[in-house]
Amino acid sequence: MSGRAPEDDPVESADAPSEATGPAVPGQPADRWYDDEAGPMVRLFSLTRGRTRPAGDGYFDLISMVSARSAADRDPLLPEPVLDPEHQAILDLCADEPLSVAELGSYTDLPVSVVRVLLGDLDDAELIDVTRPVPLAELPDEHLLREVINGLRAL
Amino acid sequence: MASAHSDGTAGTAGPGGPTGEAGNRLPGGISLKILVAGGFGVGKTTMVGSVSEIRPLRTEERLSEAGRPLDDLVGVEGKDTTTVAMDFGRIDLRPGLALYLFGTPGQDRFWFVWDELARGSLGAVVLADTRRLADCFPSVDFFEQRGIPFVIAVNCFEGTEVFAAEDVRSALDLDPEVPVLLCDARRREDSRDVLVRLVEHAAARRRVG
Ligand SMILES: Nc1nc2c(ncn2[C@@H]2O[C@H](COP(=O)(O)OP(=O)(O)O)[C@@H](O)[C@H]2O)c(=O)[nH]1
Ligand SMILES: [Mg+2]
Repeated sequence: MSGRAPEDDPVESADAPSEATGPAVPGQPADRWYDDEAGPMVRLFSLTRGRTRPAGDGYFDLISMVSARSAADRDPLLPEPVLDPEHQAILDLCADEPLSVAELGSYTDLPVSVVRVLLGDLDDAELIDVTRPVPLAELPDEHLLREVINGLRAL
Repeated sequence: MASAHSDGTAGTAGPGGPTGEAGNRLPGGISLKILVAGGFGVGKTTMVGSVSEIRPLRTEERLSEAGRPLDDLVGVEGKDTTTVAMDFGRIDLRPGLALYLFGTPGQDRFWFVWDELARGSLGAVVLADTRRLADCFPSVDFFEQRGIPFVIAVNCFEGTEVFAAEDVRSALDLDPEVPVLLCDARRREDSRDVLVRLVEHAAARRRVG
């Protein structure tokens, strides 16, 4: 995770995608670049700077299910995101089937805390769908438990 | 927000509730979790592996020295962090319904992780080894205090006396409705039976309220 210290200015940081994006446009927010071909680009990581998602809100619970959105499902007006390799790795893993946050941590070999930050970036860029687990306390659903029991018995 | 929540609003939207057709429409499906707790070396990882379709996976949580989870990149590289590993497995009960089993990390210092794991869990298996029964006391206390349904599964290692389930119950001072089972965590059928018993117990408790 080198070169990703949050205090880095994204324009000057070592892994800023300078070739692809060119210099910052005057008057634009510092975390936007302008690419003559592709239009405005947002470096994903810069979106999370200084902002954290409370761990307790359960949005990225260990068993929240994440799936990559297809390009067709994205808002075409959103700027084309610049992905770090870690972002891309996560998207590739959950492109075909939903995977839990825990599985993404395991398969990327990244700590869950880091995976959550990366998922926050991807979510802000509308590149993923996130399904929270069933909040059991609010959902005393006997039918679901019966289904679990039958599924286990069939193992 | 690019999300679909399987919470009350989405889950109860259609006929049949969250497990009916409405549940199947959720992009990520339904995910549930069960915890496998107990002392060191009691067979938690073994049980997770024996009943899961995939070999046990491992994921890490970085904690501050005080044991609090770190939820951002700040301090990730710092010295004042400690890493706790969690073993887990996945059982696909049907398409769109995944059950995750999490082996809980060491009992003494990772209570924040336990709380996170326990939140929203269906229940817990507390594995016990009769040679070191006291090792599972902290787990029993944890789930009792939080009102999380649990069963005791006595892992029968070779060469150990086979205890009667009732002896274990009285030694642990359990409520009469807490199921106590004997098992061999290496055997898939045994681990499956323990899980079935746990979910039945959880369902019965739900009915009672
Ligand atoms: N004989 C016997 N050995 C077991 C049983 N369950 C686990 N073991 C062994 O006990 C050791 C510790 O098990 P492990 O699952 O790693 O314990 P954990 O620390 O609770 O995760 C391993 O060498 C297992 O192979 C069992 O039911 N019978
Ligand atoms: Mg283990």
